[in-house]
Amino acid sequence: MSTQLNSKIPAGPLGDKWSSYKEDVKLVNPNNKRKFKVIVVGTGLAGASAAATLAELGYQVDAFTFHDSPRRAHSIAAQGGINAAKNYQGDGDSVHRLFHDTIKGGDFRSREANVHRLAEVSVNIIDQMVAQGVPFAREYGGLLDNRSFGGAQVSRTFYARGQTGQQLLLGAYQQLARQIGLGGVRLFNRTELVDVVTVEGRAAGIVVRDLITGEVTSHAAHAVVMATGGYGNAFFLSTNAMSCNVTAAWRAHRKGAYFANPCYTQIHPTCIPQSDEFQSKLTLMSESLRNDGRVWVPKSPDESRRVADIPEEDRDYYLERLYPSFGNLAPRDISSRAAKRLVDKGQGVGPLKNGVYLDFADAIARLGIDVVKERYGNLFDMYERIAGENPYDIPMRIYPASHYTMGGLWVDYELMTSIPGLYAAGEANFSDHGANRLGASALMQGLSDGYFVLPYTIGNYLAPMLNKAIPSVDHPEFKAAELAARERFAGYLNIGGTRSPDWFHREVGKIIWDYCGMERTEQGLEKALSELPALYDEFKKDLRVTGSGESLNQTLEKAGRVDDFFQLGMLMCRDALERQESCGGHFRTEYQTEEGEALRDDDKFCHVAAWEWSGDPMTAKRNIEELEFENVHLATRSYK
Amino acid sequence: MSNHLKDIILKIWRQNGPQDSGRFETYKVDEISDEASFLEMLDYLNEQLITDGKEAIVFDHDCREGICGTCSLMINGQAHGPERSTATCQLHMRKFSSGAEIVIEPWRAAAFPIIKDLMVDRSAFDRIIESGGFITSVTGGAPDANLIPIPKPVADSAMDSAACIGCGACVAACPNGAANLFTSAKIAHLNLLPQGQAERYKRAESMIEKMDEYFGSCTNHGECEAACPKEISIDVIALANADYRKAKLKNRKFISRI
Amino acid sequence: MAQVLESQRGPVTGTAVAKKKRRPFLLDLYSTAVGKKYVMALTGIGLIGFVVFHMIGNLKMYLGQADMDHYAEFLKALLYPIAPKGVVLWLLRGGLLTMVALHIHAAYSLTQLNHKARPVKYQSERDYQVANFASRSMRYTGVTVLLFVIWHLLDLTWGVVNTVGADGEFIKADVYDNVVRSFERWPVALFYILANIMLGIHLFHGVWSLFQSMGWNSPRFNEWRRSIAAGIATIVVVGNVSFPVAVLAGIVGG
Repeated sequence: MSTQLNSKIPAGPLGDKWSSYKEDVKLVNPNNKRKFKVIVVGTGLAGASAAATLAELGYQVDAFTFHDSPRRAHSIAAQGGINAAKNYQGDGDSVHRLFHDTIKGGDFRSREANVHRLAEVSVNIIDQMVAQGVPFAREYGGLLDNRSFGGAQVSRTFYARGQTGQQLLLGAYQQLARQIGLGGVRLFNRTELVDVVTVEGRAAGIVVRDLITGEVTSHAAHAVVMATGGYGNAFFLSTNAMSCNVTAAWRAHRKGAYFANPCYTQIHPTCIPQSDEFQSKLTLMSESLRNDGRVWVPKSPDESRRVADIPEEDRDYYLERLYPSFGNLAPRDISSRAAKRLVDKGQGVGPLKNGVYLDFADAIARLGIDVVKERYGNLFDMYERIAGENPYDIPMRIYPASHYTMGGLWVDYELMTSIPGLYAAGEANFSDHGANRLGASALMQGLSDGYFVLPYTIGNYLAPMLNKAIPSVDHPEFKAAELAARERFAGYLNIGGTRSPDWFHREVGKIIWDYCGMERTEQGLEKALSELPALYDEFKKDLRVTGSGESLNQTLEKAGRVDDFFQLGMLMCRDALERQESCGGHFRTEYQTEEGEALRDDDKFCHVAAWEWSGDPMTAKRNIEELEFENVHLATRSYK
Repeated sequence: MSNHLKDIILKIWRQNGPQDSGRFETYKVDEISDEASFLEMLDYLNEQLITDGKEAIVFDHDCREGICGTCSLMINGQAHGPERSTATCQLHMRKFSSGAEIVIEPWRAAAFPIIKDLMVDRSAFDRIIESGGFITSVTGGAPDANLIPIPKPVADSAMDSAACIGCGACVAACPNGAANLFTSAKIAHLNLLPQGQAERYKRAESMIEKMDEYFGSCTNHGECEAACPKEISIDVIALANADYRKAKLKNRKFISRI
Repeated sequence: MAQVLESQRGPVTGTAVAKKKRRPFLLDLYSTAVGKKYVMALTGIGLIGFVVFHMIGNLKMYLGQADMDHYAEFLKALLYPIAPKGVVLWLLRGGLLTMVALHIHAAYSLTQLNHKARPVKYQSERDYQVANFASRSMRYTGVTVLLFVIWHLLDLTWGVVNTVGADGEFIKADVYDNVVRSFERWPVALFYILANIMLGIHLFHGVWSLFQSMGWNSPRFNEWRRSIAAGIATIVVVGNVSFPVAVLAGIVGG
């Protein structure tokens, strides 16, 4: 049967766990820190902040990014803000309230101790980022401004215009840059992880491929941190950047790290719909638009009149109709599913009938065009640039899109994966958001892991290893991993089939989106699980990669990433099939309340599913970590 | 609503590596939706090339929503193409018409060597930030965030400068290959804020001197401002110039003997 | 054609730890591009001052021969008898020459730097958005003005290329006559007019640009910077161009 996982949660009352952990944790003497080497893969919020802080403490740090510069990481694209329990607005916020909101938002599928720690350090994050010069929005008196966000009844979101992620990432990047300048961090850019190496059951290092020269080399260290982001691009079309991928996490999984809750993916309701078949990605429009916009579709699927000519009685303001008290501000998953149902019924709008209207006509009439322009001007401009329509005249078209993945590498309280010495931080791990992430919490988690958690917990692992040599990169395990990686990439080049990696990515993405997207059913998932392996076989036979492996080759890079998406896709579907309940972002049609809300099964599924590699994702073993709730009451999540 | 453009002629710079001399090659895209973004048009062309067994065109891109700063391209002689305050990734084909001839070149500067085809190495920007584009603040030691009130106009103008995405369009567009807009935007962002005062003059000095190792000089053409996808004003260059002068004077008096 | 990747592939670290070479302050400042731009701006201010005063001084021409020649005598006798005649004028000339030399040296080294900053030009045509003729032709207008100044000295200071007067000799002190004789030759007048238009174009960008280079930038006066540049350029060009026109039209010297 399945192994029980030890999450190493410290004993004691919830509010004291983190402080008592910090008091008891083993420390490394400042002069000894330089004897330890830590590899950090990824330089987004979590990676850059971890690398900078570890170097500042005195560890030797090697940071790897496949981008040209650490500043490109996709953390940069977060728009809305970052939560923190500062209670600067005096509206009753507290660490406990942030903790509770996050647990509830995650539909009671996250670990209490982790979430409480996150809420505790959220306060330090804001102090830290302000000290670094992040230009958060201010009130006229010069103090920090806050706004409210979904899933909370207090104003606790700090923001820097619509570019909070950018500003926070630049803050962390600048700290990393400082350490690079001072010689505390060695930066390897345009270098992609292709394998993780373990020696005697511990993480020993990584194998990377230099994207410019194609050279495969090994790097050894005492500990390895994976801060490699989420896997939303498994759907092909998502709001993720083009190069976001699961490869690093997946390679770690294949070396023994458990992959937790892969079926927990988040769909964001307000994205610009796909406009043609060649579309490469979807663009998110801030959720704040729903404060003033009204969502509707024509009542008749055969509607052919111009928008302005459709009379009120032929419009269906379905969110206002279905959820009268929340109306257009219904939570992300609920409004996403409502849109999907109407589009599936043929009531969609736009040339491909694949969107719903977000209409500002009433807001403009009520507030005047100037107020609307002031509130949303930059978003309207962005929409016009992409969609080519002026949203002041024609309603915006929106549709849900994959946006964030709550699942990821399983980690314990110390953020260590099931491989000793291998850590996962930020979106790459599964730890804090449960089955659904609240807005403005992703930035908080990335920075919390990197600045305030890992620097403590890594010391606890390293301290007993003092004077223990790093395994040599000539160790047979490294050599074998290098050889396997070289063969894998040579293999893609040698298939000589007819289809490009992008073609396969689009196809695999479509299957995962159709059957493991916003709504999942048993039949659908089974269908996906029969189609995916077949398509994967075709991939292995019919892939075509042009160019060579000895110079920069984006087609080849893509092939490796798509390969891993195939395997992950199967695991996502298996996880979704096994989880016979609905919770947060995982909605199984069979398990819903009469009102169409997610219906959890706390008796059977109040646990984390942590999958163990067995050589094939179709036969991966499902392990369980029971979730224990001592401080919150497992209620039905209701926003009515 | 969506129309299709026909017979787009593309003259694209191909270069196998840093040592190769490179040349323009001409490609034709028979038909493309005007809803497609410029980069999607290149994706589509690459798909065709792969189908034909040819090597895909290498170009930098990532977020495709105008914020990561990875995309580049000199399109018809303009950095990021013909649409103002827009990065290449948000340029759409509806800006062009059927039969158009579009010339695409990599950004050219000594500090931005070509890696392959349209991709260049912009690491020099990182070197500038590493030399002083930060506020030293040890993790964990920060005072309460509301301890220092920052007037809203100051915070706003720091934010205006901080909006830089580090794409390098300023260097590409500058007739002199100067990076003053990039460098000064970071200097302005940090030097305007109260938190940045302790290192203000050292920052201005070391960043500007690091910039000098790689880039040309500013002669106030203003092309950088016109090309900037984030519309950063050349006012920041004046600010950095003033701070550099003060740094030179102040440093000699007080801190340069360290 | 090839642009070479600066370093071998490998990790980047310790990029900001190199110790700086210490140099005397002024040399240190002048060693950077921004420092050279200060020099361009400051010497530019000095030279603008000269050009403006030179033009104003020459307006004496319209008052007649006696006033003009007296003005020349006055310049020679500046601060006389504190200093012997001509000394102050030579000091001023020395200052001017130094400024010209520095202005040219800074311009030359910045141009070299800029060429090195883009060794491989764009292979397709650039489509400039805001760079104007003035900003892009500074080095050409500058060189033209320099050549003109040399001609101007040969013509009116040393008389080498001036026509000799009725007495068969170039007499430096007969400023009024020298000017009239020179401008009566229409090609000389034309060259003079063209060179002054070049000077005006140079000033139009230079004056605006010096505000930026010096970091004089404030919302309180930014909107005036372009107007000041246009104003100074116009005054200098109109004043200077009026002289040959007046001579050719017979208003002066007729």
